[in-house]
Amino acid sequence: MSDASPILRISALTKTFDDFTALHGVDLDVAEGEFLAIVGPSGSGKTTLIRLLVGMDDPTDGAIWLRDQRIDVIPANKRPTCMVFQSLALFPHRTVGQNIEFPLKLRGVKPAVRKERALELLDLLRLPRDYYSKRIQQCSGGEKQRVALARALAFDPEILFFDEPLSALDYRLRKTLEKELKDLHRRTGKTFIYITHSLEEAMVMSDRIAIMRAGRFEQIAPAEEIYARPVSPFVAEFMGEVNFLSLSAGTVAGAELSPAAQAALAGQSGTLVIRPESLRLAPQSADLILSGTVAAEYLLGSRVQYRIDSPAGELTVEVLREDAVAGVGAPVSLGCDISAVHAIAEAEDAAA
Amino acid sequence: MRQRERQLGLLYALPLSVFLGLTFLAPIVLVAGFSTMPEKVFELTHMPDFSAYRTVLAQGYWKSVAWSLVLAALATLILLVICWPLAYAMAKVFKRFTLVLTIGVVMTLFVSENIRLFGWVLTLMKGGLIEGYVRSWTGFGFDAPLYNVPVIVFGLVYVYLPFMLFPLAQGISMVPDDARQAAFDLGATRWQILKEIELPLAMPGILVGSLLTFVLAAGAMAESKLLGGRAVITIADEVQTAFTYGQNWPLGSALAMVLIAIIGTLAIWAISKADLDAMMGRKS
Repeated sequence: MSDASPILRISALTKTFDDFTALHGVDLDVAEGEFLAIVGPSGSGKTTLIRLLVGMDDPTDGAIWLRDQRIDVIPANKRPTCMVFQSLALFPHRTVGQNIEFPLKLRGVKPAVRKERALELLDLLRLPRDYYSKRIQQCSGGEKQRVALARALAFDPEILFFDEPLSALDYRLRKTLEKELKDLHRRTGKTFIYITHSLEEAMVMSDRIAIMRAGRFEQIAPAEEIYARPVSPFVAEFMGEVNFLSLSAGTVAGAELSPAAQAALAGQSGTLVIRPESLRLAPQSADLILSGTVAAEYLLGSRVQYRIDSPAGELTVEVLREDAVAGVGAPVSLGCDISAVHAIAEAEDAAA
Repeated sequence: MRQRERQLGLLYALPLSVFLGLTFLAPIVLVAGFSTMPEKVFELTHMPDFSAYRTVLAQGYWKSVAWSLVLAALATLILLVICWPLAYAMAKVFKRFTLVLTIGVVMTLFVSENIRLFGWVLTLMKGGLIEGYVRSWTGFGFDAPLYNVPVIVFGLVYVYLPFMLFPLAQGISMVPDDARQAAFDLGATRWQILKEIELPLAMPGILVGSLLTFVLAAGAMAESKLLGGRAVITIADEVQTAFTYGQNWPLGSALAMVLIAIIGTLAIWAISKADLDAMMGRKS
């Protein structure tokens, strides 16, 4: 990210519940204005982490710094951060306008001034101004989402946290709001930290993705890097469908290697990661050649996916419709270039 | 479809409506009828003359009405303040202990109110449980804290506690945890959360509890008779006297009608002031 000092620094943050450790001393730096997504399956510790970050829970050990202020010792209502809840947590007894103005009212801002600000925020979130006096119950799911965002922005936080706010919405609305959120991030220039279990969501919106597993960060990097160079089979699988081949001392069981591939993999042991779309059917030439029979065929709109039984194990291949060749039961040969292959060394594999 | 549902709804409500009409409305109509009869008659066959209402106005019964309302208001306020933390704990903190507490509070209702109040008299009276022990241990006695207005209020608070506690706990359990957390996250202090989030969202429970206790306490007499030793006379006491010793059914009926009118007006006013639907976050 930038060279500037981070807006948020987490160091050796640990959270223990009775005999269960939810967070194992995690470290993280977040740059000013960054959109960071924290992704992990349920139970990975991401919810625990965000609860500590906003102050709804106290860490067992470690520290959280906001610029040069240590905030883990400050109660949530005194921290200059705020969160958009998974449930949105809008106040049902207040109108849209009163919800948005709430943080300003708490600070004793004059009614006229805070109404002005609430109307500006309605504009910013592309809600009609007459929503100001609407009841929360009259809003649709997407509108409620925008009201919750407006309320959080009215607080004017240093960092805005999101706890899976889109998870309850239907697919199309989620897609729309993902883009709006990304756009809002660009326009406000605020630091967003977004918790989700959906990698897709994280990839659309964020600058960097932090993948969590069992209370630790597995990998923190931009989406492309995580996709191309996952540090562990866990991350590779989390980033979508993937083929694993076992690599031992530079040879891959069940595969033919070109001289270039042999040179690249010489002496390495571990796991080879190949994305389904990197494999080609019946290649003219390739660095890594496999063979097998088609076990199943799935049509995915413009693409076709095959499941192939091969001596190297079960493989998944995804090709464009026009490149489709074989039917179920047909023998096929598969190949890919060494540049599309990522090797995860044994040590990292074992640690994962 | 809507129409059909409506008809079915009315049909289902019919048996209970008839039952309520007979058992609830009929006595009131009867009392209303008696209140218009000449004084000291025992039939409804005379010409209505409203002389009983004149007696109510002329004889200073307003004092009893005022005492009943003031005592009931005091008891309701005190109950609101002391029940809020307990109800809060029952709704949000105690978990399984809530059941124990509920059973404990409900158990007291198994024993009649009069007997429980006599228990307090035995406890508080001179030579009773407290004063007697203190005197025998220290040699110094003191006057019983009985037969005054504060002890009547204490009695009302004691007797009507369950009627405030349970509706209040119900109201507080309707306050969503995430709304409270969100308010805290947005910078609210504990007091601001209480004022802006908890009180408004628990308002249906507060209202129901307050109405129940106020209405019951306004019609109470055992506390002022037993604990208060008639330091003040409540309106319910006057009604009973008129019907029994006074043998003046029209006067008792007229007094009862006045009480019903005042409390009914207050209750309807309170309910109409509070938009229950809005408070409960329902669609309007």
